[in-house]
Amino acid sequence: MTDPQLAGIQDGYPDDMRASIAKVEETRARRLKEGTRAPLSAEARAELLEAWHPDYKADRKREVAVGPSKGDRMPHEVVDLLEARPSVEPAAVDLSSPGFDVSVLILGGGGAASVAALFAVEEGIAPADVLMVTKLRHGDCNSVMAQGGIQAADRENDSPAIHYLDVLGGGHYTNEPSLARALVEDGPRMIAWHESLGVLYDKVDGEYLEAHGGGTSRMRMHSAKDYTGLEIMRVLRDEVRNVGIPVLEFAPAIDLLLDEAGNAAGAVLFNLETEEQVVVRARATVLATGGFGRLHIQGFPTTNHYGATADGLVMAYRAGAGLVDMDSVQYHPTGVAYPAAILGQLATEKLRNQGAEPVNADGESFVFPLEPRDVEAAAIIRECYGEEKGIETPSGVRGVWLDTPMIEEIHGPGTLKERLAAMWMMWHRHGIDITVDPALVFPTLHYQNGGVRIDADGRTAIPGLFAGGEVAGGVHGKNRLMGNSLLDYNVFGRRAGISAARWAKENAPSGLSLKHVDAFVAALESAGIGTDRTAPMILPDYRREAVIARRLDAL
Amino acid sequence: MADEKLTRIYIMGKAYDVPVGVTIMDAMEYAGYRFIRGAGCRSGFCGACGTVYRKAGEYRLEFVLACQEMVEEGMHLTQLPFTPAPRADYALDDLDPSENVLLQHYPEIARCVSCNTCTKACPQEIEVMDYVQAALRGDVARVAELSFDCIACGLCAMRCPADIKHYHVAQMARRLHSVAGSPTPEHLGARMNELDAGAFDDELDGLASMTLDELKAKYAQRVIEKAQEPATEEVAT
Repeated sequence: MTDPQLAGIQDGYPDDMRASIAKVEETRARRLKEGTRAPLSAEARAELLEAWHPDYKADRKREVAVGPSKGDRMPHEVVDLLEARPSVEPAAVDLSSPGFDVSVLILGGGGAASVAALFAVEEGIAPADVLMVTKLRHGDCNSVMAQGGIQAADRENDSPAIHYLDVLGGGHYTNEPSLARALVEDGPRMIAWHESLGVLYDKVDGEYLEAHGGGTSRMRMHSAKDYTGLEIMRVLRDEVRNVGIPVLEFAPAIDLLLDEAGNAAGAVLFNLETEEQVVVRARATVLATGGFGRLHIQGFPTTNHYGATADGLVMAYRAGAGLVDMDSVQYHPTGVAYPAAILGQLATEKLRNQGAEPVNADGESFVFPLEPRDVEAAAIIRECYGEEKGIETPSGVRGVWLDTPMIEEIHGPGTLKERLAAMWMMWHRHGIDITVDPALVFPTLHYQNGGVRIDADGRTAIPGLFAGGEVAGGVHGKNRLMGNSLLDYNVFGRRAGISAARWAKENAPSGLSLKHVDAFVAALESAGIGTDRTAPMILPDYRREAVIARRLDAL
Repeated sequence: MADEKLTRIYIMGKAYDVPVGVTIMDAMEYAGYRFIRGAGCRSGFCGACGTVYRKAGEYRLEFVLACQEMVEEGMHLTQLPFTPAPRADYALDDLDPSENVLLQHYPEIARCVSCNTCTKACPQEIEVMDYVQAALRGDVARVAELSFDCIACGLCAMRCPADIKHYHVAQMARRLHSVAGSPTPEHLGARMNELDAGAFDDELDGLASMTLDELKAKYAQRVIEKAQEPATEEVAT
């Protein structure tokens, strides 16, 4: 950080931002004494969302014109991929000699995929008869980046029923009740499973250190510092390796295969390094491909990993699986707004559950710090673009302060580095010490609330195709609470893995087919959608336009 | 870009002019690279983008994550997107924590010459050598504590003159410590028993059969638990 060219850019904050920080410091003692603002009423929440949440902008969505969810309104970026041609024409795929023939094929390499694989084995499928295939590496996923924690109603003053009510209220009562119920009922079981695998949760005097999240009425957030997602994911990955489940990396699926009866029968993979097609025949297929953050809906930056391009939605939709709640997108209230180099990366909600409060340019609080995420995000957007009380960075981005030094004031010096080591490190790498200075934040695209419609056993509309994790929808309705995504991928990864194993024991595909892809292309054409777009996207392209324009496809 | 001020870096020896104030990862994409390997979470958690560089005129090799480190004038860099480092398979339940199972599974930790090169190679600022020494002593708890922030990028193992696979040793130690040294709170078992006995079924059935207005009223009546500060702490160890 000593490069003279970067002086004033990276060394903490520029002077005009410092002037606003001084105001934050002035008001801090008073704010600490007075406590936070009260949560908003249901009416005030609704009004705020309607006026300021990006989901409520009608012109940023359109109806999808073909397929099982025809007529549903979804972001343009999603519809563009659903209404697209296959990456490889079906006629060019040789289905006659599959490269792999397995009982359970698991598409994905993150949390849901790993849990599904382990429970498929638990349910009696031989490890070598399961195959995980993933676009990047095993563990390059959103699960590994989750920081704040995982909810589970295990304490005496809590219950699955209280958790259920929090989930439904947070989701504006749009959740599929049977899925929400499965989520909360399995919570303690999943924590116990993690304990048996050796996940190191934070404990105090032998009890879990449990905290609130936005929209929770009980403290049920279990954490592992602010590396909760990493800690769970690396243990799961280690166990997949111990058990001996094969994992094929850098080989994303590009289309699902069906058999003559219309049941799921495997997938066509694309080896990213050799550019070969690989056909996998499978008795059961689990979709655990994650979400869509890298579509940058409405131009937002994202917290998501490099491969979060909605491939699973595209493949499942083409094959006939309906989607649910795809009109709703989760913008995490606090993405990094400064420095620009890490714009949009996650500033965990745990910062707020440990006491950091959002404040405006004048150092004044403007919102209860732990509203449900959509409400908190809308309040921050309003503060910046309605009240004009945001702080503008040298690159023109607006944000509000997250007053992180409050954590040290409330819990004592050293707490922040202890409980929020990853967060401290992230800003430290850019010359900012968040124990001393506040952090600048603005909402960032975080989570796909909706997804493939499933039932409580992880079944989709296609027999033999199961789904769990972020690719599936309905669990959270139109807004997910903090700590319920780690729980979701465990609960529904498990249920999908068990269901897939059971299906695989009793069914075998009869012939492999991509006719559904041809039929989908025909439907596009008859709907008048003459496009040359192809999907799945597989990876986003961040190369400079000038380079892309000069590029030759010579090899 | 805040401005289009450019600086020169060398990617595997080839010169590119890239913007000031961006990460190595963004700079490589600006230069025209489209990652297959070498990019993962893009937020410093997955360990896919381990990168080494030297600056012109400096003897020292630096170890960073491409998604977290800013470019600087004169960096000569390459990514190390994969580490060939076989791990030892084990069944967690069969391990006897009273024996030095880390040494049994990874005997090469005894080859550690305390050169501290692993620690210098860690982009997470972990005291890697100290945990290898703790592993040698069989101090599983200490290994778990010191290694907790490990993202398994593999740079330590690539540098080690004793061919230790540090991050696999640490992973095993953390799991072992969790099972043997960080007991599961008793109330979790009690809650599981309640769930198995269907203790919450009636209440959940009741909620499921409520009208929307009844649910909303119930939600509005929730009492939010007040946060209390625990007296002593023992975080993630």
